[in-house]
Amino acid sequence: MTTIEKEWAERVRAAAAARTPLCLRAGGSKDFYGGPLAGEPFDLRANHGVVAYEPTELVVTVRGATPLAELEAVLADRGQYLAFEPPHFGPGATVGGCVGAGLSGPRRANAGAVRDFMLGVKLLDGRGEVLRFGGQVMKNVAGYDISRLVTGSLGTLGILLEVSLKVLPRPVAEATLRFELDEASALRRVNEWGGQPLPVSATLWQDGVLHLRLSGAEAAVQAACARLGGEALAPGAAQALWTAVREQTLPGFAVEEGSVLWRLSVPSTAPALGLPGRQLVEWGGAQRWLAGAADAQAVRARAVELGGHATAFRAGDRAAGVFQPLAAPLAVVHRRLKQAFDPAGIFNPGRLYPEF
Amino acid sequence: MMLENEVLAFGETEGDFSAVDKARVIEALSRVLPAGTLMYDAEDLRPYECDGLAAYRALPLVVALPSTEEQVVAVLRICHQMGVPVVARGAGTGLSGGALPHTRGVLLSLARFNRIVALDPLARTAVVQPGVRNLAISEAAAPYGLYYAPDPSSQIACSIGGNVSENAGGVHCLKYGLTVHNLLRVRGVTIEGEIVEIGSGALDSPGYDLLALVTGSEGMLVVLTEVTVKLVPKPQLAQCVLATFDDVVRAGDAVAKIIAAGIIPAGLEMMDQPATAAVEEFVRAGYPLDAKAILLCEADGTPEEVAEEVDRVRAVLQESGASEIRVSRDEAERLRFWAGRKAAFPAAGRISPDYYCMDGTIPRKRIGEILTAIQAMEGKYGLRCMNVFHAGDGNLHPLILFDANQPDELERAEAFGAEILELSVALGGTITGEHGVGLEKINQMCAQFTTAEVRQFFRVKAAFDPPGLLNPGKAIPTLNRCAEYGRMKVSKGHVPYPDIPRF
Repeated sequence: MTTIEKEWAERVRAAAAARTPLCLRAGGSKDFYGGPLAGEPFDLRANHGVVAYEPTELVVTVRGATPLAELEAVLADRGQYLAFEPPHFGPGATVGGCVGAGLSGPRRANAGAVRDFMLGVKLLDGRGEVLRFGGQVMKNVAGYDISRLVTGSLGTLGILLEVSLKVLPRPVAEATLRFELDEASALRRVNEWGGQPLPVSATLWQDGVLHLRLSGAEAAVQAACARLGGEALAPGAAQALWTAVREQTLPGFAVEEGSVLWRLSVPSTAPALGLPGRQLVEWGGAQRWLAGAADAQAVRARAVELGGHATAFRAGDRAAGVFQPLAAPLAVVHRRLKQAFDPAGIFNPGRLYPEF
Repeated sequence: MMLENEVLAFGETEGDFSAVDKARVIEALSRVLPAGTLMYDAEDLRPYECDGLAAYRALPLVVALPSTEEQVVAVLRICHQMGVPVVARGAGTGLSGGALPHTRGVLLSLARFNRIVALDPLARTAVVQPGVRNLAISEAAAPYGLYYAPDPSSQIACSIGGNVSENAGGVHCLKYGLTVHNLLRVRGVTIEGEIVEIGSGALDSPGYDLLALVTGSEGMLVVLTEVTVKLVPKPQLAQCVLATFDDVVRAGDAVAKIIAAGIIPAGLEMMDQPATAAVEEFVRAGYPLDAKAILLCEADGTPEEVAEEVDRVRAVLQESGASEIRVSRDEAERLRFWAGRKAAFPAAGRISPDYYCMDGTIPRKRIGEILTAIQAMEGKYGLRCMNVFHAGDGNLHPLILFDANQPDELERAEAFGAEILELSVALGGTITGEHGVGLEKINQMCAQFTTAEVRQFFRVKAAFDPPGLLNPGKAIPTLNRCAEYGRMKVSKGHVPYPDIPRF
C-alpha cells in the first residue's frame, strides 16, 4: 500500500467506526450531478498519476485523481484515445470522477460506454480494505465484475484508488455531415443507418437539423460520405460542434431559472417524447435531452412508457431523487450491495438514491 | 476489519446440504412441474452428470425441465424454502464445470426455453429465451443483414443463457467485444422467487450496473429466463491474412506491432507448431508444417476499408520477419484458413484420448515467456501440450494432451494446468479469460485474490442469494478451501489467510 492508501484506509476505518459520512470529491466538475453533496469533505486530489501505460497492450492504469485532460494528452501522444469520449464538465475533471459518474460522450452508442472500457479497479471499501478486481487484460472472467459495478456508482461503494482502462487507436479519418430533417424522419434515418455497415460515430438532432459523424479508415469514411450525401462541415467546425455536445456548452443544453435538464435514456427507436421543452437527440436516438419545466412525474412516466428511464441531469430538486426509482426487488439488491461494500453507510450518502 | 454489526463471516466454509431429503424434494417439485419434466431415476439423470468438462461428473438429486417462467419461480421458491441447492444449465457445453450438478441439489435445465421471442431489425435487438443457441440468433438476424457478434467456438451448440453466465468471448472480441458488451437486458428469477428485470431496450439503467454483475456470474446470482441482445450489421467483406514465423517470440512481437500500428483486426489468432501439425492432419487447411508459429489476422468492413487494412497488416508482418504471408483470395480460402484454427479442439481430441484446455489471459508481450515456460512444463509433467492463442486479446488456450486411463495422467494434467494458470497470474494476467472458473479453476482463484477480496465476492453473492443456494461451491472458493489448497496469494510478505483456521 502507498502512504496515501494507508492514511486513507485509517481515515475510512475511523469514519466507519464513528459513522461519519464522507463526501468524496476530487476536481468537483460533477458536483452538479446526482443527489446533494453531504458529509465531511474528503479530498481525493493527492492520489494522481499514470501508473502504467502500454500502448501495444491497449491498456492504461491510472490513479483515481489523475486529471482526465492529462490522461487524454498521454494517450494522444501515442495516437490513442478513450473511445467513450468522456465529458469533462469542467477543468478539474479526473479519471476517478469520470468512472464514478459513469458518463459517456457522443461516441457511446457506437463505441461503447465507460463501463465497456473498464478492465480493473483498485478500491478502498468501507471497511478500510484495499481490494483489487479485474486486471490489466482484455478478457477476464475470474470473480464477479466489480470493476463495472463501481462504474457509475457515484462513489457510494468505495474510493477508486486506481482504474485500468482499455484504450483504442484514434480513427484515421473523420467527417461530419448535416441534414435538414424533422424529428421523426431523423429518428428513422439514424436507426436505418445503424443497421448498415457504416462507420457512424455520433449523431445529434436539434431544431430540424441532424448532424452525423463518421469515423474510421479513410476509405470507409469517404465511401460513406459519397453514399449518404448531406452537407459536409469544415473539420474545425465539426470538432467544435462535437466538443460542445460532449461538454453541453451548446445553447440547447442551457438551463434557465426554474427549468430542469432531463436526460432520457430510451430504446433508439422510441418515438418523439411529446413533452414540453427544448430537445436534443443523441446516440442514434437512444439519448434524449429535454430542457424545460415539464412536470417531473410526467417525464419519468413517459420514459418508462417508452421503455427507458429519466434522470434530472441538471438543476431540479436534487434531494427528492435524481434517478428513476428502482423496482422493489432491485432496490433490495442495491441496499444489500451498498451494505456489502460500505456497511457503515459512510460513502457519499444520498448521492445515488436518497435511501442510501 | 469486521464491523460489530456483521454477524456473518461470509465464505469461510462450504454449505452443508446433507440434510436435503430426496423424497421430500421430489414430492414438493412434482406438485409444480408437469408430468415428465421432473426426473430422478439414475438412468434419466446420467445425461446431465457433466458439462463440457467431462473429467468432473456427479449425479444431481433430480433434474427439473421447466418450460415457463412461472414454473421456474415455483421451483426456486420450493428450493429456497427447503434449503436445496440449484444448478442452472443451458446447453452444457461449458468448459469449466460450471454446470456440474450438485449431488444434493436440483439440476435446473433451461433447454425448453428455446424460443426467439422478438427480433427488431430497426432497433437491432433480439429478445430470446436462455436456451436459444448462439448461432440461431445470427441465423434469425441474417435476412436483415445483421448478426450477433460474440462467437465462441461452440456457437453451433452453446446457449445464450450460458454465454451470459460465462461472459463468453470468441475469435472476434478484440473488435466486437465480449458478451457483456453485446447485451441490453436480462430477465431472471432470484432464489427467493422474485422476478428481476435488469437493463432494458435503452443503453443504460439507473442505479448500479447489475447487468455487468450478472454477466459472467456463473449462475450464482439469478436464474435467467430471457435475454435481450444487440445485433450489429454484417460487414460487407472479410479477408484473412495468414503469416508464418520461424520463432514464436517473433510472432508475438508481430502481434504487438499490428496493435501499435493502430490496427484493431476483426480477429488475430496464433497457433504453435504442435497445434498446426495436429489440425493440418485433421482438416488439411494448407498450413505450412515447418513454421514454429502461424498468425491469422482478419480484416472486415467495406471493400475499400478491407483493402486498406490488409495492405497495412501485410507491411507490418513483413517488417516483423514473417517467413511467408498469404492473403485469402476468396471466401472459400478465408474459411479454409479459419477451418484449422476452429478445429483445434477436435484435432486435440483426435490425436489424444483426452485433453485439458486452459484459459489464462496474459499481457500480449509475455507470450514468448509463457510458451517457453509451458515447453519446460511438458518435460516436468511428461505430457504434451499444443497452444492456440486469441493473440489479439492475450487469451491463451494451451491444450494439455493426456490419457485418463493411464494411472495418474489426469492428476499430472491438472497439476500442469494449475501451474500454467498460476504463471498467468504471476505474469500480470488472469486464470480465466472466457471459460469461467466453475469448479475447474476454483483453487487457482486463491492465487489470484486475497482473503478480503474473496469475502467481498461472497457478500456480493449474498446480495442476490442470501442463503447461498444457487450453484454453491463454484466460481468463488471458500476460505477454508484456499487454506487447504495452500497456494494462496501472498501480498508483500504477509502470511496469506492468517485469520482462518488451518487443518
